[in-house]
Amino acid sequence: MTKKNNKLIQGLGIGILFGFFLQKGGVANYDVIMGQLRLTDFSVIKIILTSIIVSMLGVSYFYPKGMVPVKTKPGSIKNAVIGGLIFGVGFGLLGYCPGTIAGAIGTGAMDAITGGFIGIVLGTVIFAMMFENLTKRGVLTTDKYSEFSLFHKISGNPFKVTLPIAATLVLVMYIVQSFGL
Amino acid sequence: MDFLILERWSPYIIGILIGLLNVGALLVSKKPLGASTSFMKLGGIVYRMFNKEKVEQNAYYQKSKLSLDWGIMLIVGIILGAFISALLSGSLAFDMVPNMWANEISDSSTLRFVVALVGGVLLGIGSRWTDGCTSGHGISGTSLLSVISWVASIAFFVGGIAIAFLIYGM
Repeated sequence: MTKKNNKLIQGLGIGILFGFFLQKGGVANYDVIMGQLRLTDFSVIKIILTSIIVSMLGVSYFYPKGMVPVKTKPGSIKNAVIGGLIFGVGFGLLGYCPGTIAGAIGTGAMDAITGGFIGIVLGTVIFAMMFENLTKRGVLTTDKYSEFSLFHKISGNPFKVTLPIAATLVLVMYIVQSFGL
Repeated sequence: MDFLILERWSPYIIGILIGLLNVGALLVSKKPLGASTSFMKLGGIVYRMFNKEKVEQNAYYQKSKLSLDWGIMLIVGIILGAFISALLSGSLAFDMVPNMWANEISDSSTLRFVVALVGGVLLGIGSRWTDGCTSGHGISGTSLLSVISWVASIAFFVGGIAIAFLIYGM
């Protein structure tokens, strides 16, 4: 088996697990995702925050041993705010995001299979056509946070930073839970 | 093995499993979970079939390799995994319109198609603008302690919550 095929099979296997978990978590479903955006069902936030805690602590353990890469996204705070809000408007209209729409397609949701999927792909093509102009006009920028990660800055044991962050996220979820959400 | 046919698992269990899966992906494939880049590659591959020159000369598409890769297989896997899970719990449903939308807005499949299409286009543009989505920023980038990912993820939900209240009211 070639190295390239190996990578493809890894992607497929990890994807199958991801899709299985998304569906079992209910988040391949429009009603559950919109419930989060309407602030009536906090499943999405609970899943995201718990997965951030586990993933961050895992990286804290493996990164100093050189076993996992810490490569973060380029860009700027400005891009993150503007692009993030455009994404958010789309998220609220569509009711799925790029990962969960794949899950929704697997469960048979027709709005995901048709309009949603075509729309996302079309949106990326439109962006590709605008990219050069947006860069030239200085709308898309790069700042000092481009590819920045706090993991690169921590000297010594990362847990001294990540454990307090994890504790804060647990507290946030505890508050959400205690409101019965 | 009864848990496999359960319709819903606790969000905390799911969060732990997805967190472990992300660490596993980093260890095995040296890649974090992310979905939106693959939509861009799919778009580029399809567009190239119609206009090869335009795609090859496009500054954005030149930044990445447009071919079947780990990320596209991840999307194929998500579809399959969700299908298997829904099949086991008997929750496969070929609904034209989601229940909440049908009950509170309209049961017209045309209206839902148009809104989903417009939403998808904005989602696609935004995901490329920030270089990530709810997975790539919301789970991976945040746990890798990227400031950009934290800001983007908060913006995703601020925009989403605002639109949800506009559509459905308070």
